[in-house]
Amino acid sequence: MKYMSFLKKLPPTVLTLAVMLGLFAGYAAKGGGASPAIAAAGKTSQAVEITNVSYDPTRELYAVYNKLFQEYWKGKTGQDVTITQSHGGSGKQARSVLEGNDADVVTLALEHDIGELEKAGLIDAGWVGELPGNSAPYTSTIVFLVRKGNPKKLNDWDDIVKPGVEIITPDPKSSGGARWNFLAAWGYAIDLYGGDEARTKQFLKDLFGNVTVLDSGARGSTTTFVENGQGDVLLAWENEAFLSIKGHPGEFEIVTPSISILAQPSVAVVDEVARKRGTEEVAKAYLEYLYSDEAQRLEGRNFYRPSNPKILEEFSDTFNLKLKLVNIDDDFGGWAAATEKFFADGAIFDQIYKK
Amino acid sequence: MFSIKRGQSSSIIPGFGLSIGITLTMLSLLVLIPLLSVLLTLSGTTFEVFWKTVTDTQIIATYKVTFSCALAASLVNLIFGIMLAWVLVRYEFPCKRILDGLIELPFALPTAVAGITLTTLYSDKGWIGSLFDKIGVKISYTTTGITIAMIFIGIPFIVRCIQPVLEKLDRQYEEAAFVLGASRPRTFFKVILPEIVPAALSGFGLAFARCIGEYGSVVFIAGNIPYKTQITPLIIMNKLEQFNYAAATSVALVMIIFAFVILFLINSLQSWISRIARG
Repeated sequence: MKYMSFLKKLPPTVLTLAVMLGLFAGYAAKGGGASPAIAAAGKTSQAVEITNVSYDPTRELYAVYNKLFQEYWKGKTGQDVTITQSHGGSGKQARSVLEGNDADVVTLALEHDIGELEKAGLIDAGWVGELPGNSAPYTSTIVFLVRKGNPKKLNDWDDIVKPGVEIITPDPKSSGGARWNFLAAWGYAIDLYGGDEARTKQFLKDLFGNVTVLDSGARGSTTTFVENGQGDVLLAWENEAFLSIKGHPGEFEIVTPSISILAQPSVAVVDEVARKRGTEEVAKAYLEYLYSDEAQRLEGRNFYRPSNPKILEEFSDTFNLKLKLVNIDDDFGGWAAATEKFFADGAIFDQIYKK
Repeated sequence: MFSIKRGQSSSIIPGFGLSIGITLTMLSLLVLIPLLSVLLTLSGTTFEVFWKTVTDTQIIATYKVTFSCALAASLVNLIFGIMLAWVLVRYEFPCKRILDGLIELPFALPTAVAGITLTTLYSDKGWIGSLFDKIGVKISYTTTGITIAMIFIGIPFIVRCIQPVLEKLDRQYEEAAFVLGASRPRTFFKVILPEIVPAALSGFGLAFARCIGEYGSVVFIAGNIPYKTQITPLIIMNKLEQFNYAAATSVALVMIIFAFVILFLINSLQSWISRIARG
């Protein structure tokens, strides 16, 4: 039989399998043992390294903030701190931390995404109350970015649902920013129709009927609108809209609708990781320093609205401070409720696309 | 299964036991265990939930988009790929080497780069897209755009499958056909084509499988509008981003089954044809 000779070969086969598995196991064990040693060595040389996992549009902000914090921390403790930044869609970033990306701090677009880390036990309960303003050192809102001169006269939400207007927004299923867009539009329409949910739903249906490209993240949508010239209006983070104007002077205009939403991108120390890596102290300081006057001004200059009202006032030329803002807790009953009602599978967002 | 005959040294090169051991280990670590873990993730899901997830109308729409675009792209690549391979094998011209090397570029280029570049070029404001826009054809953000991205990533598979077969093809067959009075088309269809069909089919199968799983380049050019231009891999990503691992895995399992069935059919067809070709 031809299998007989294979059976004769079985011992070396099994042996190889065993050796290879052994090698892998040995390597894994060695790898696991090596990291605390490195961490310990890092401590003695007075250098510390933290990783900040953040969402798409904060790239520019944290590039400058990290320098500011390095100087501050060096001056305060004499310790050098290196900060590794990571950016991407908020949900995707949260998931990467959930799956083992060792982030010491997360600075994401949605409280809900950090909530998922809390659920998984990576972050201690009660983190929302640990820092002022629901752990949101800066806020933002949703505005319209339109082409120069606003050729289609798009001044408020009811203008962009008209037939023939092309809207660019990311997909609320995958993008934190897009959820704020959706809720801002909902906030406007529910006010317009005096609380009539059926008509509000129709309004959102008309709005998304005008969406021509639904990118998976906020940066993707900005590229589609700005670089690829698609659409008449981009629903964007206020800071993202300002960045586009800065990068392409004279091509775009920002329009603030009559009602928008107070977007509170939350920050938190990933307690589990920080404890393991012994970076609790510096990670906490990193987030607390976001509330200092210097950092608040830096955030303002990077087009985030500082949470400190006095410093926000300094930027009244930049931001439209009279804008009426709905907010997630008072108007939507918090993120858990809003996610369930609007964005879960089969919820309102899915319903408005059903034929 | 293992082609070792009794009474004959099992192979010219010794070390069958060692090499099959390594093969099994690598296959397990890289292919089998990850695939089985897909099933394991699903173990907490009941069949009703699974079925409801994978037959949702929005998700069925994505299957349609993904498979029709992948089929269109692979068919275009089949014809285009045979032509390319023919030109590269049968003719001598300047810069042939460079052209030959270019075929592999879609393998090397990060798919996101390809996606962004294609989207910009083929959007109605881009170089190529603006020409098509004049005759009222939109490419980026439509299923046409998805197909273009898939053609881009699929082309190397078909060319690289056919090229070696064409190179080995003995010209004497063609000369014989010519001497016997066969016309050029007849020589092509009756002599050359049967030789390259098995290779073309396996190239087609590989390209098709690659296309249905492609995410990186397609999401940029797709527009991602539900029921219109969403592809199935995007749905899987969306489910993951909502931390809905079970639903993501359910859809992934459907993709694995589809891909397996398609590859199996193509392989069967291929071996059937090569048996016929050999007589």
